Amino acid sequence: MLWYLGRRLLQVIPVFLGATLLLYAMVFLRPGDPVAALGGERGLPEAVQEQIRAEYNLDQPFIIQYLLFLRGVATLDFGVDFRGREITEVIANAFPVTIQLALMALVIEAVFGIGFGLVAGMRKGGIFDATALVVSLVFIAVPTFVVGFVLQIVVGVQLGWLPVTAGRDPDFISLLMPAMVLAAVSFAYVLRLTRTSVAENLSADYVRTARARGLRRTQVTGRHVLRNSLIPVVTFLGADIGALMSGAIITEGIFNINGVGGTLYDAIIRGESITVVSLTTVLVLVYIGANLLVDLLYAALDPRIRYA
Amino acid sequence: MTTQFPVSNGDAKSENGPAVVDPNTPLLEISDLQISFTTGVGEVHAVRGANLTVYPGQNVAIVGESGSGKSTTAAAIIDLLPGTGKVTGGSIRFAGRELVGASRAEKEALRGRAIGMVPQDPMSNLNPVWRIGTQVTEALKANGFKGSKAELRTRVADVLAEAGLPDAERRARQYPHEFSGGMRQRALIGIGLASRPQLLIADEPTSALDVTVQRQILDHLGEMTRDLGTALLFITHDLGLAAERAEHLVVMFKGQIVESGPAQQILADPQHPYTKRLVASAPSLASRRIQTAHVQGRESEELHAHHLGQKPPASNEAVKVTDLTKVFQIRGARPGSSTDFTAVDDVSFTLGRGRTLALVGESGSGKSTAANMVLGLLEPTSGTVEFDGTDVSTLNPKQAFEFRRRIQPVFQNPYGSLDPMFSIFRSIEEPLKLHGVGSKKGREKRVRELLDMVSLPQSAMRRFPNELSGGQRQRIAIARALALKPEVVVLDEAVSALDVLVQAQILDLLDDLQSDLGLSYLFITHDLAVVRQIADDVVVMQNGKVVEQATTDEVFDNPRKQYTRDLLDAIPGAHLVGNVAGG
Amino acid sequence: MPENRYEEPLGAPAVPAPRPGQEHFTAPSDEGGLGAVDAVKTDETPTSLWRDAWNQMRRRPLFWIAGTVIVVVVLVAAFPGMFTSINPRVCDLSKALEGAQPGHPFGFDRQGCDIYSRTIYGARASVVVGVLATSMVVILGTTIGAIAGYYGKWFDTILSRVTDIFFAIPLVLGAIVIMSVSSNRTSLLVAGVLAIFGWTQIARITRGTVLSVKNNEFVTAAISLGMGRGQILLRHVLPNSAAPIIVYATVALGQFIVAEATLSFLGIGLPPDVVSWGGDINAAQGAIRTDPEILLYPAGGLAVTVLGFMMMGDVVRDALDPKARKR
Repeated sequence: MLWYLGRRLLQVIPVFLGATLLLYAMVFLRPGDPVAALGGERGLPEAVQEQIRAEYNLDQPFIIQYLLFLRGVATLDFGVDFRGREITEVIANAFPVTIQLALMALVIEAVFGIGFGLVAGMRKGGIFDATALVVSLVFIAVPTFVVGFVLQIVVGVQLGWLPVTAGRDPDFISLLMPAMVLAAVSFAYVLRLTRTSVAENLSADYVRTARARGLRRTQVTGRHVLRNSLIPVVTFLGADIGALMSGAIITEGIFNINGVGGTLYDAIIRGESITVVSLTTVLVLVYIGANLLVDLLYAALDPRIRYA
Repeated sequence: MTTQFPVSNGDAKSENGPAVVDPNTPLLEISDLQISFTTGVGEVHAVRGANLTVYPGQNVAIVGESGSGKSTTAAAIIDLLPGTGKVTGGSIRFAGRELVGASRAEKEALRGRAIGMVPQDPMSNLNPVWRIGTQVTEALKANGFKGSKAELRTRVADVLAEAGLPDAERRARQYPHEFSGGMRQRALIGIGLASRPQLLIADEPTSALDVTVQRQILDHLGEMTRDLGTALLFITHDLGLAAERAEHLVVMFKGQIVESGPAQQILADPQHPYTKRLVASAPSLASRRIQTAHVQGRESEELHAHHLGQKPPASNEAVKVTDLTKVFQIRGARPGSSTDFTAVDDVSFTLGRGRTLALVGESGSGKSTAANMVLGLLEPTSGTVEFDGTDVSTLNPKQAFEFRRRIQPVFQNPYGSLDPMFSIFRSIEEPLKLHGVGSKKGREKRVRELLDMVSLPQSAMRRFPNELSGGQRQRIAIARALALKPEVVVLDEAVSALDVLVQAQILDLLDDLQSDLGLSYLFITHDLAVVRQIADDVVVMQNGKVVEQATTDEVFDNPRKQYTRDLLDAIPGAHLVGNVAGG
Repeated sequence: MPENRYEEPLGAPAVPAPRPGQEHFTAPSDEGGLGAVDAVKTDETPTSLWRDAWNQMRRRPLFWIAGTVIVVVVLVAAFPGMFTSINPRVCDLSKALEGAQPGHPFGFDRQGCDIYSRTIYGARASVVVGVLATSMVVILGTTIGAIAGYYGKWFDTILSRVTDIFFAIPLVLGAIVIMSVSSNRTSLLVAGVLAIFGWTQIARITRGTVLSVKNNEFVTAAISLGMGRGQILLRHVLPNSAAPIIVYATVALGQFIVAEATLSFLGIGLPPDVVSWGGDINAAQGAIRTDPEILLYPAGGLAVTVLGFMMMGDVVRDALDPKARKR
């Protein structure tokens, strides 16, 4: 077990280095000068530009820049942004609300996705199944921002059930609608995955044998069909934590939430490359962490996977 | 005492075993049973008008090939028909009670407690995510076990111990993947009998296992059911097995019962043409006579003038394998740790020209690894493979390419051995094209010729593999192997996946081709029964090593090693044949 | 071969008379169709797997619905002039936010442009980016996945690590970061950026399929014929790995269209002078409370297009499902 964990952790390191190097290179190794673009039409005075370059190591060779950046990551000190704020502090401020949002979305998609998926899978080919399939396709096909706007108009403005935007320091209620919007696409995937998995397990030999043993139908469904079907679903949900956090950029924009997405969007608009890369790096880290978690979850859920 | 028919809240402790019942009242009575499946093309009648009677404590076997409806009939008894299957007519009476149309609760109460089941494939019939003990507990609890936790634990261990699993208490805490196939099947037998049913349905309970394990498990199953007085309904494709294990036989073909009656009577004097063919083809029943017939055929062959030239004395070696060894490195869980696994250990044998050499062994014996080295698909760790006197490893790439023409394989799985995207014509033409044989016209002529050779209509060449049956695909695979006129054909379990009658046809075909074309066969198999029908020489392998090596007659008549004797004993029906010969 | 090898009676003790219901029974031998055990069908026309899949697909209404949507969308994208004669870029501020009127069925947006015309012309951007990105992803992903899966060893080790690295960056996140620092944003660039972060899934799928296909016995048979490794990959392994790739590509096309719209919506996708659904949704955003219907037309076009490809993916998946075609 420990060996397995150790090996997986070791494998994560090159992936993390590669991914951050890739992002860093794509942002900083391109034609054009990020500093010259600052300060609007007129640009900043040459002396100020030089000072900024020195401050952000932009006058160093690329690889040194990257290594200095890595040192920053390791010491949790990303430096200050162009407006003089500590980036570490910016990140610390942005994450709590996004984490809350992502977890709410995760619960929503898990509960509804698994619930509907189970019913659809148990009655594969029936009316409910056919409807669930088409509806889930609609959820996947309609972009998040359209779902967001429609909910805003209908639930927020016309019905007035939930707050239209979340704003600063949002509470549970005002995050409910954004969480639903964020969960929409993943909900559809969870539903489909559960459905397929349940339908497959229903015809599995061991399910038939369990029935032959004299187990009642509810027992067979719960202990055998659902338990086994949940393995791929739970791993999907684990990986989705990372995807939800980075996907929050759209949702947070629509509902005016000051989370990771909002901050990132803000930094992109202002051309604060260092902030963008720092935030993205943390998100990639979360994403990699979530995938690592999935591997461990998988091993915990399926006794056949034994850290080989 | 009257029949103890289980009711949903039955309080009888399961340890009591089945109640004493009148041995002359049928336990199970199936009459005029009709079962159909709804498919895209309409209703398919899987079982038509089946009649079947089982008395308490009796062993009854249903024999048939795949698609005969034997498993469907059995599944219908406990209402576990797969997919869209439905009983559309007839009656199933168990202990005097009608089951067709019974409520779900009634059937659930019946399962496990009155009728147990042992399924076919031990690999897929235990839920991989629950411990074995949990799955036994489930069965006990569902069937009215009332006792403390400690009692339950003891009972679980008892169930597994009864089924012949040593160290049962520890085993109960393990997961299915930690069990071997044989152990899983024992666990399933234990579960099937845990609540002391009056009837146990065993659906091909051992066909997925190695022959020696198969025998042990069947013996144990027989003992247990005899001791408990449980009736056994045994489903099998193997007539020999059925005759050995059951007193009453039911032979099914295409959804209908074609013959039924006392086992020995059916074996000795089959009436229906299908049963006659089945008795004649069953490899496990192959007596000495088929061997004699084979040898006689061979002698008459040798009278043919053109074969005399090709069949010189045994010094003419097609393939000679010397001290062949293959070591695989298996990576361990820890970095850098790896263990060596010797799959083939210092193996030597010689395949004579025009002869058939059988490489026999159970799974893990290294027989297929050895065959792959002969085919040049695997590099030996040490030792040599000589083909026609030349060490294969010394060939340069061009010579190696030419060498491929002279030795060709036919594999086990008829569904995997043809590219599903290729038409039959393209599949057979491919070797010709690759080796630049003939013009386009000439190749087409050759493909037609080859189809004739394997007794398939020429029109088959426009078809695709998914439209053909297993036996037909295997014929195509043989045709493809023969396209380049090889001298040696490696048959790797080439008939193991086929039904008995088809298997017999393919064996006949192989025999004909051998005498017509002077082929040498390296025949890899786990099935000694088939060996007797086709092979001249036998090499018995176990754990990568050669155990015994002799002519087929010697091995069968006078086995020298215990392992060979075990293998021979494990052939279903072997004892029957022995009895016939001796008595 | 002798018909029966048991002429002599078995040496067992006298058999008790069979019990009721177990008497020796023999079915009339004309029943059961004993004829040929293994005859080749000669009546139907030969069907390859592709023809099989086609026969199965065309029986499903969903296939025809999705197919119609896709054909219409592609036609609109290729020849927008066939569907409207109004120039989407010629706008009249005086008509801003006016409702539907003859010749202008969807009314006008905030700049006074004809919404119907813009919705029609917006299709091209989505389809071009979607098709371009999908083609790149299929080429890149299939090549990398096939090489990793087929050649194994260090090819696999290196390529799988590279795949892991790209996989660690979520598609939309990566695209946002790169697009935000790019000038000169063309369809090709958007497609390229989406492809760079989107190829990993298809590479993983291809690798997995190739790994399982290459263990098939027909591949071993080809090796035994002396066929070269590359030849086997191209002739046997890749064609047999195509099904899941096709299914995924159909779905990915829809996802890329959504991703492009998302980027354009954020203002970092296609430039404003290119008519695109995402851009129009962005423009409509400001008036969302007063005139939500402006938003619904481009959003509707987008959703119907994506839904078309997604439904097609579903139908194709069912038709090519290896589990369903086993028999």
